[in-house]
Amino acid sequence: MHEVDMTKCLLLAMQDWRQQHAPRIPTVQAVHLQVGDFTCVEPDQLVFTWQAAVQGSWLAGSRLAIESVPLVGRCVCCGERYSPQAEQAYRSPCCDQPMEEIVSGRELKIRSVDYTLAAKQHSINDSGISNQPTPVALEI
Amino acid sequence: MHMPLEDSLGLNLLAANDHQAEHNREHFDAWRLLCLNVMSSPGAGKTSLLEQTLSALSTDLAMAVLEGDMTTQLDAERLEAVGVPVVPITTGRACHLDAAMVSGGLKLLRQRLDPADLDLLWVENVGNLVCPAEFAVGEHRKVALLSVTEGDDKPLKYPVMFREADCVLITKTDLLPYLPVDVERIEAHIRQVNPRCTVLRVSASSGEGLEAWHAWIRRQLQQQRAMAVAVSTAAATTPDLVSA
Repeated sequence: MHEVDMTKCLLLAMQDWRQQHAPRIPTVQAVHLQVGDFTCVEPDQLVFTWQAAVQGSWLAGSRLAIESVPLVGRCVCCGERYSPQAEQAYRSPCCDQPMEEIVSGRELKIRSVDYTLAAKQHSINDSGISNQPTPVALEI
Repeated sequence: MHMPLEDSLGLNLLAANDHQAEHNREHFDAWRLLCLNVMSSPGAGKTSLLEQTLSALSTDLAMAVLEGDMTTQLDAERLEAVGVPVVPITTGRACHLDAAMVSGGLKLLRQRLDPADLDLLWVENVGNLVCPAEFAVGEHRKVALLSVTEGDDKPLKYPVMFREADCVLITKTDLLPYLPVDVERIEAHIRQVNPRCTVLRVSASSGEGLEAWHAWIRRQLQQQRAMAVAVSTAAATTPDLVSA
């Protein structure tokens, strides 16, 4: 049940995010994650542990919304994108090549947060209103 | 008015662990040692291989082990018997080591020795083919073991672990004559999910393949040292460039 430890990591990141608003405390409606299919994360278990973990905390009542990202490989031989399957040993159907390059499916990302601060409703995401083109990692 | 919270988005879910892992690695680099994270399912032979490897390499390399074990210190006792310092990290019910646990292990290790005197630090992870793959501890290389008794389908069933590994050791090859298992097929499946890793066949009992394994370790050590020299040279020359 490593989703418990992953939830702890997520809570630390959220805690850090909250500090940016101090002394105000944002009311969070939802935290949106992207979880790749080629990771060791079981989305349902993550949602379950989140619900248990946020009870009684400043995040109580918030929802964890998980968008699954499919595993996509790129054939090293012809460049074709394909959907690697365990049953086919992840090989490319076009040229029968091993899974060298992964285009997507390894994501474990905090995508966005829906929250309210004071009276105003915010919804932010990493493709929109940022004045910095590259997201900067938080110091935990 | 927008608060600058956009900066926090696009974060890795495991950022808290990754930051601690990066912090651990900075220590490893400052101490000029190579850290290897050894992972496998329970019973694949991590401890036996380490026993053998520690005795073989301790003639000329200074090593220590951070030993992850869920509830016991049995593995730590076995390795300590070889004469190499071992710090047991009992994880309780956690099924993997994380960067904070390794950091705690390092504090204990520093009470016993100066890590700058080490060439190599081993992290023996908890036996598990799933989550250790996702939790970095600051290691320079990941080593995954797969014993021939586990079957040739495991690289396909637990692909993330074998994808993440820099070196995969197919262990217990001395048992091959007694098993209906095709070692070529095991190796082919590993290469399907990770065409770039080194795959070695070894037996801690018979000694098969161990020379190649030891040579791999020494190569990583050389590469790490060369990188450390390059970094310190760059750091030494950068102020000149700035002042010029």
